[in-house]
Amino acid sequence: MSATETLPFTTAPSIDPYKLGHDGRRRRPDDGGAGRDYSTGHGEGGPASKHVIVAYGFWIFLLSDIVMFSAFFAAHAVLRSATAGGPSGHELFEPWSVAIETSCLLLSSFTCGLSTVAASVRNQLWTQFSLLVTGILGLAFLAFEARDFATMIASGAGPQRSAFLSSFFAVVGLHGLHVSAGLLWLGTMMAQVFVKGFRAVVMRRLLCFNLFWHVLDIIWIALFTIVYLMGEGL
Amino acid sequence: MSYETERNVDDVGPGFLSSETRVGEGILGYIIGLVLAALLTAASFAVVYTNLIWGPAIPAALVTLAVAQMGVHLVFFLHLTTAPDNTNNAMALAFGVLIVALIIGGSLWIMGHLNQNMMPTHQTMQMQR
Repeated sequence: MSATETLPFTTAPSIDPYKLGHDGRRRRPDDGGAGRDYSTGHGEGGPASKHVIVAYGFWIFLLSDIVMFSAFFAAHAVLRSATAGGPSGHELFEPWSVAIETSCLLLSSFTCGLSTVAASVRNQLWTQFSLLVTGILGLAFLAFEARDFATMIASGAGPQRSAFLSSFFAVVGLHGLHVSAGLLWLGTMMAQVFVKGFRAVVMRRLLCFNLFWHVLDIIWIALFTIVYLMGEGL
Repeated sequence: MSYETERNVDDVGPGFLSSETRVGEGILGYIIGLVLAALLTAASFAVVYTNLIWGPAIPAALVTLAVAQMGVHLVFFLHLTTAPDNTNNAMALAFGVLIVALIIGGSLWIMGHLNQNMMPTHQTMQMQR
């Protein structure tokens, strides 16, 4: 068979085997209005779909958020032994409370993931239920953290006591603020899914919320490891 | 000569479930992630609150377990892969990790040297008298 002969249903060998350059042969699955708005594009296939661009842009934002957290972590790592004669982490931290907070956040990350699965098959009931459980676990996390903070401040170990405690309240409080903002977002998403249904724009917001919530859990891994568990050893 | 068949490879963003994923598979992935993450968390706490590990090795063990758990979260919860359609996401993550390493590592390095080389505060104050 000569190389110039054209075969049906095959394409010529490409210099771009993975189609990173978008060669314009995008599939358009009939997904029943799933919200994957494939771009029609011009010339070489045009830009990626909005679904991809939104998620990628939000991923970049989350990475910049992680970079900001890393500055707070660095400050805490530098200042952790600067207790100025005040209490150290070993005297202040309650392991069981940290363990409960960790479990709440990990389980909420799991249920948040289940909401993605439920939303992908357009199941209103299970989407709402898994988002609700996510929210309750997030609230439980915040309640335990607030209780920890209140106990510490009541015993005179507030942020103004030492550089160690300033950096502790800064980094843990910043994470708590993120979780609070995430809960507001979660409530908004539940309302939007309920009122607007699984339309494309709501699906994109759900995806971004999922990314946000999972990244908060990743930051909490760093937090309980560096701040709590390593602080315990000192 | 091999002809390339239509591969349907698109770029995907982070957190995407493949459109072919069935409900059962999707849930199973999250369950695997949850179990692995829970085991690694439990191991982290066990390292600190039991005498399983030699004292000076505890920080290294904790960092290893934390990095492993972050990997589990990235793979099973954020669906980050090394597939070609994920190149952009992985490269962005790599850049983020580079900056984080520079900030944390650099701060600890510089501040550690300052601590070693600076005169203790009470001596500085005596010289100022």
